[in-house]
Amino acid sequence: MSQHRPEAPQGAWARFRSENMDLIRLGGMAVLIFAVMAALRPSLFLSSNNFVSMGFQFPEFAILTLAMMISMLTGGIDLSIIGNMNLSAILAGMVLASMTADPTNPVGLPIALAVVIALAVGTAGGLVNGLLVAHVGIPPILATLGTSQVFLGLAIVLTGGASVHGFPTAFSFIGNGKILGLPVPVLVFAALAIVVAVVLNKSAFGAKVYLLGANPLASRFAGLKNSGLLIGAYTLAGFLSGAAGILIMSRTNSIRADFGASYLLLTILVAVLGGVNPYGGFGKVFGVILAVLALQFLSSGFNMLRFSNFAREFIWGALLLVVMVMGTIRFPWRKRQVKKRDSSGLG
Amino acid sequence: MRARIGSLLRRNDVLVALTIVAFCVFTGVQAPSFFTLGNLFDLLRASIVLGIFAIGVLVVLVSGGIDVSFTAIAAFSMYTTTLYLTQSGFDGHWILAFGISMLIGLGLGLINAFFIGVFRLPTMIVTLGTLSLFRGFMLAWIGSRLISQLPSSMREFSRTNLFRFTSDDGVIHSLPIAILFLVGVVLITWFILNRTMLGRAIYAMGGSTVAAERAGFSITWLQVFVYAYVGALAGLAGIIHASMARVANPSDLVGLELTVIAAVVLGGARLTGGHGSILGTLLGVALIVIISNSLVVLGVPSYWQRVVIGLLILLGTGIPAYQARRAQRHMYSDTGGGA
Repeated sequence: MSQHRPEAPQGAWARFRSENMDLIRLGGMAVLIFAVMAALRPSLFLSSNNFVSMGFQFPEFAILTLAMMISMLTGGIDLSIIGNMNLSAILAGMVLASMTADPTNPVGLPIALAVVIALAVGTAGGLVNGLLVAHVGIPPILATLGTSQVFLGLAIVLTGGASVHGFPTAFSFIGNGKILGLPVPVLVFAALAIVVAVVLNKSAFGAKVYLLGANPLASRFAGLKNSGLLIGAYTLAGFLSGAAGILIMSRTNSIRADFGASYLLLTILVAVLGGVNPYGGFGKVFGVILAVLALQFLSSGFNMLRFSNFAREFIWGALLLVVMVMGTIRFPWRKRQVKKRDSSGLG
Repeated sequence: MRARIGSLLRRNDVLVALTIVAFCVFTGVQAPSFFTLGNLFDLLRASIVLGIFAIGVLVVLVSGGIDVSFTAIAAFSMYTTTLYLTQSGFDGHWILAFGISMLIGLGLGLINAFFIGVFRLPTMIVTLGTLSLFRGFMLAWIGSRLISQLPSSMREFSRTNLFRFTSDDGVIHSLPIAILFLVGVVLITWFILNRTMLGRAIYAMGGSTVAAERAGFSITWLQVFVYAYVGALAGLAGIIHASMARVANPSDLVGLELTVIAAVVLGGARLTGGHGSILGTLLGVALIVIISNSLVVLGVPSYWQRVVIGLLILLGTGIPAYQARRAQRHMYSDTGGGA
């Protein structure tokens, strides 16, 4: 739409810059954090060990952020992604542990089955959220708050609060292995990010989800089936939660009902940091990836500077507030841009 | 007549009250110990902190926002107050301790109000941020060890009862004086919401910010009042919790926020703002407390509680939402038929 703007700057770089200011700013922030941490602790931060361990840490959490992003694009929120992830992983883990309890059994089929179960349970959980939001009409916060309690509750009931463990060594390859020197979780995340980016940017479904998030009423009057779009979005978020569950379960070689509770705030923080608008309709996968990297650099750096977990919790909260405030300060400028596009579209 | 019963049954508070009665009758039949004065006192005791929190959340929901940081505010105020008083060797009246805690809570509430009122940021995300901001600050820089030796006046508060008796089996049951604080909070909040212009303004803002602004209310100041009020109530609930538990544990309370919001929403308050009553909220609190209690009395493992509360949230919000949606469809199809 932007090519209609008469005052659009000429030149490929100038046009790219004007359209992707947020992404450039984010990339700059990631580079800055990286540089500061590298300057403060060069021997630790710039070691290949650090890069490898970061490569194993961020993917599960990045996948959850993609799930959060998709729910936020519709103008909603998904508070159940952690519960969904744990429930999927616990069901898959219980099946896997019981099928491979006898070490002479083959492990290939059980592992494949566990992956399928985790993805299927996650998808089903997402579908339930979608149905509650779209068909029953419960506000997303309450619907996913309710399902998160149910998912977590079921996970506790199934395990009695204990952890599920005792998986075959071959299974840990998904979370700890390397292919061509690259950590497998990074590859899994890359594949999922590409899929999500293609679905959101290249498919009709994606375009409709953005429209729904930007203006649900306009979307309905344009003849779109809002309920189907909502169900699709929450189901996709659920699928991603299941995928994150497999990674966590494989990386730590166990799974507990209360795993990753602190991830929920972080996924919202990173999504907002990555330019996803909590009111819906705006946000890019690439922005989320940049924000995930920035946060991972920060988190690893804090580790090396020996910050306590509590201090980190404080900083995440502060960061979320600062980013939101900065977003409102930029807002008048953004609104003008949107208006310009609108008028050019009408004219 | 039938229409009147039908409309009664569609009211949230009536439904909640009926559910409470059904639960009580069922539990009472299964376990006669449920219908004893001792158990009633236990229920009331469990409702005090939850009830004060819920009244605060009601005000926020009516105003069109949501607050998930109030448990962190409560823990922060309670712990900081107790730590300060024990370290300074305080032995004055407990009212002073309560006052300090409420003031700290009010201050933290003002931080929420600043982001929400001045920058108009989404309340859910602001309070998620301040939740970890307050909690992280307290645990990293104020203290993370629990204080089991409370100031003497706070211990004295916990021993002061309105009513006390020994049951047949020799167990002492008592109704603590803290229940008066819940009663006071209920009365004051009822008065503000229903008898003052401020209360009307909060309802108006919850219904439509734009309309409230055009009617001449300052949205910023209303938000400041709402979040400061909730903060002060959280500070009060926190210090009551510590006094009654006779220990100040900084990791207490946080995690309770979703249960409280569930209670208020079950009582008929809407997340979209503008709706909610004190009576409904108290019924919602009673429902949550009675269900937790009756699951214990019935011998259901405590880990089912989460599932039950989750399902209650879905049913309690789903039924009215579905009814509203159906009513809307009827309206559309009626006009469609007429045209």
